[in-house]
Amino acid sequence: MLKIKRKIVNKKFFYKIAAICFWLLFWEFLSRFIGQQILVASPIQVFMTLLEFFQTGDFWRTIISSSGRIILGFFLALGIGLALAILSYRYIWIKELVAPLIKVIKSIPVASFIILALIWVKGRYLSILISFLMLVPMIYTNVLQGLTLTDKKLLQMAEIFRLSLIKKIYAIYIPSVLPHFMSAISVGMGFCWKAGIAAEVIGIPKGSIGVKLYEAKLYLMTKELFAWTIVIIGISIFFERFVTWLIRKLSNSIWKGEAHGYQSRSIE
Amino acid sequence: MDIKVVQLNKKFGEKLVLNNLNLTFKKGQIYCLMGASGIGKTTLLNILMGFEQQDSGELMGLKGKQIAAVFQEDRLIEHYDAIKNIKLVCGKNISENEIIHELEAVGLKDVLEKPVSLFSGGMRRRVAIVRAVLAESDLILMDEPFKGLDQDLKLRVIQYVKQKIEGKTMILVTHDRREADLLAAKVFEL
Repeated sequence: MLKIKRKIVNKKFFYKIAAICFWLLFWEFLSRFIGQQILVASPIQVFMTLLEFFQTGDFWRTIISSSGRIILGFFLALGIGLALAILSYRYIWIKELVAPLIKVIKSIPVASFIILALIWVKGRYLSILISFLMLVPMIYTNVLQGLTLTDKKLLQMAEIFRLSLIKKIYAIYIPSVLPHFMSAISVGMGFCWKAGIAAEVIGIPKGSIGVKLYEAKLYLMTKELFAWTIVIIGISIFFERFVTWLIRKLSNSIWKGEAHGYQSRSIE
Repeated sequence: MDIKVVQLNKKFGEKLVLNNLNLTFKKGQIYCLMGASGIGKTTLLNILMGFEQQDSGELMGLKGKQIAAVFQEDRLIEHYDAIKNIKLVCGKNISENEIIHELEAVGLKDVLEKPVSLFSGGMRRRVAIVRAVLAESDLILMDEPFKGLDQDLKLRVIQYVKQKIEGKTMILVTHDRREADLLAAKVFEL
């Protein structure tokens, strides 16, 4: 059984690597076919540019500066989205009050938001606000859905046995909300990055990834543009994995020793 | 104090489920509610638990009573093991060793540290029964609690329940008159 499982995992890994190689080759082929590095830089050139980036202090400062702002927006959205979802679940009038706002935020294009927000806040705060605004509806909607879908029969059981609110949260609500919360974070983190960087490109705060992208485009530094794009993808994936891992670790430690993580199958 | 059901009526749409029902449940006695499916046995339990509202009629003697229950669908916390499920409702009133002892009394051992999601129907039922009898309560409501247990096990669990609930009022829904006889319960045919 274990052998078969390992074989499947190996096969999956092989396909993944093969897919990455295919697209890299395709990129190289496209670059050679077009023949103008200013339009499509080759993967080797982009890789060399990345290596150059890694050796400069400015690169790391830029990453820390942009990440700091976007992560701040992310955590603000996490806190406020969670609080709003809990309040909306508890009080119907808050739910009704918040609903149009969430709908509006969801339907306004990111670019409109960025330009609008630029009127109200300084460029360096723009990415905080935009990543916050992009993530709040996701956290809110998912957590509220998790709360609403909480097993009513278990809540009745809790009521009959007079369980305290803490016990209800711990045993019933958290397990119900956690999968929705995780999926919001998983999707939201990437979205936060995309929107945050877009805000930096328009707001052009000093020493940010957005400015680097803007300058690369302005001076037709295509390989730098590609390299920064790869950096953005990398950081986005890194943070998404890191936050998901962190939450999984936290939830595992909460339920340590409570027979968590077993697969559903019958003993008898 | 006795629990009195006075002229209770309950309709679901056009269907009259409880029609002018009058019952008295004496303190410390065991009662079995019997009758055909859909006659309103579970509905009466739900009304007693406050999950459903009667259309008319009165319930007396319920105020301030602590209720424990075995629901039709067990309602256990799936990722908790049997001990944690019971500890959750009993709190500090009972030690882990006592819980293990009680679970063993209904034939549950060796699986106590596994999540109840892995349990069979009969095992889950027994955890739910032990949870209800150990919880602090004056009134225990059970909806077909012995369903899915084989004859020997049923006998053992009924003896366990009878011994454990002494002094408490118990109302039990069943289709099996033998259960009522074994519990020495008064039967109300709905």
